[in-house]
Amino acid sequence: MDWAVYVVAAVAVLVGAFGVILSTNPVHSALMLVMTLFGVAVLFVAQQADFLAAVQVIVYAGAIVVLFLFVIMLLGVDRAENLGFEPLRGQRVAAGLAGVLALGEVLFLARGHWATGFTSAAGPASGPGSNVEKLARSLFTRYLFAFEITSVLLVIAVIGAVVLAQRSRADDAALHPGPAATAEPDDADGVAAPVEVDQPNTGAP
Amino acid sequence: MTVPGEWYLTLAAMLFTIGAVGLLVRRNVLVMFMCVELMLNAVNLTFVTFARMLDDIGGQSVVFFVLVVAAAEVVVGLGIIVAIFRRRSDATADDASLLRG
Repeated sequence: MDWAVYVVAAVAVLVGAFGVILSTNPVHSALMLVMTLFGVAVLFVAQQADFLAAVQVIVYAGAIVVLFLFVIMLLGVDRAENLGFEPLRGQRVAAGLAGVLALGEVLFLARGHWATGFTSAAGPASGPGSNVEKLARSLFTRYLFAFEITSVLLVIAVIGAVVLAQRSRADDAALHPGPAATAEPDDADGVAAPVEVDQPNTGAP
Repeated sequence: MTVPGEWYLTLAAMLFTIGAVGLLVRRNVLVMFMCVELMLNAVNLTFVTFARMLDDIGGQSVVFFVLVVAAAEVVVGLGIIVAIFRRRSDATADDASLLRG
């Protein structure tokens, strides 16, 4: 049973990850990312990290991916990217080689026994009591200072986002030089559109 | 029959590698950002696995902080991307090679 859950979730994770980096459309990448995040959430549940699985689904799949999709739609960049175009020759091959090398290095390190650790240094993860209770006890006692600093980080992020989203006067001037300049493309579209509509009409009879 | 932690660690290593290769290969800024999220998730999976293997709740606490930092990072990163796109409507990272607008 555990193996079945693991295999299904692992396949979902890997398929989603490959989908993120291989799909040409950013919207498809974002949806594949959701699949990976759900797979990771299932693996969290399989390892008794219930609270983190819930947060993973709510924060990642619910907030971050929606933010991604929102920006994709807002910017209108949901057109396909030409994956064949390679500005730096040989960069794809080098990236693949670097990836294989990194994977080999990580797996090689994992086979050694250099990675040691105390068990239950910050409190036991198993035993009586719910996962939420143990995680909360750890967060609000041992990691209380880090937890408080996190609120400062969030405030800084909010202020940064507001400052970045602010539209300055210089930007407006650069984007919209004047009403005369924007009127011309509209006229061009207005002239071009009826020509395309007329042609099938004259060709049909 | 529980799955040994090594299987989870191997999966996390593969997920991290896929994210890293994607970050190097793709040129769309948004997809590069998603690859960073993939790598963050791989590390989260590693932390949770070690939390189970060592029977230590500290690993799960770290994942909690990583989630918070990831959320803040995405907000600021997407804000920067929107600010860049406002000036030039192109989706590739190559065009944003200058630190001035």
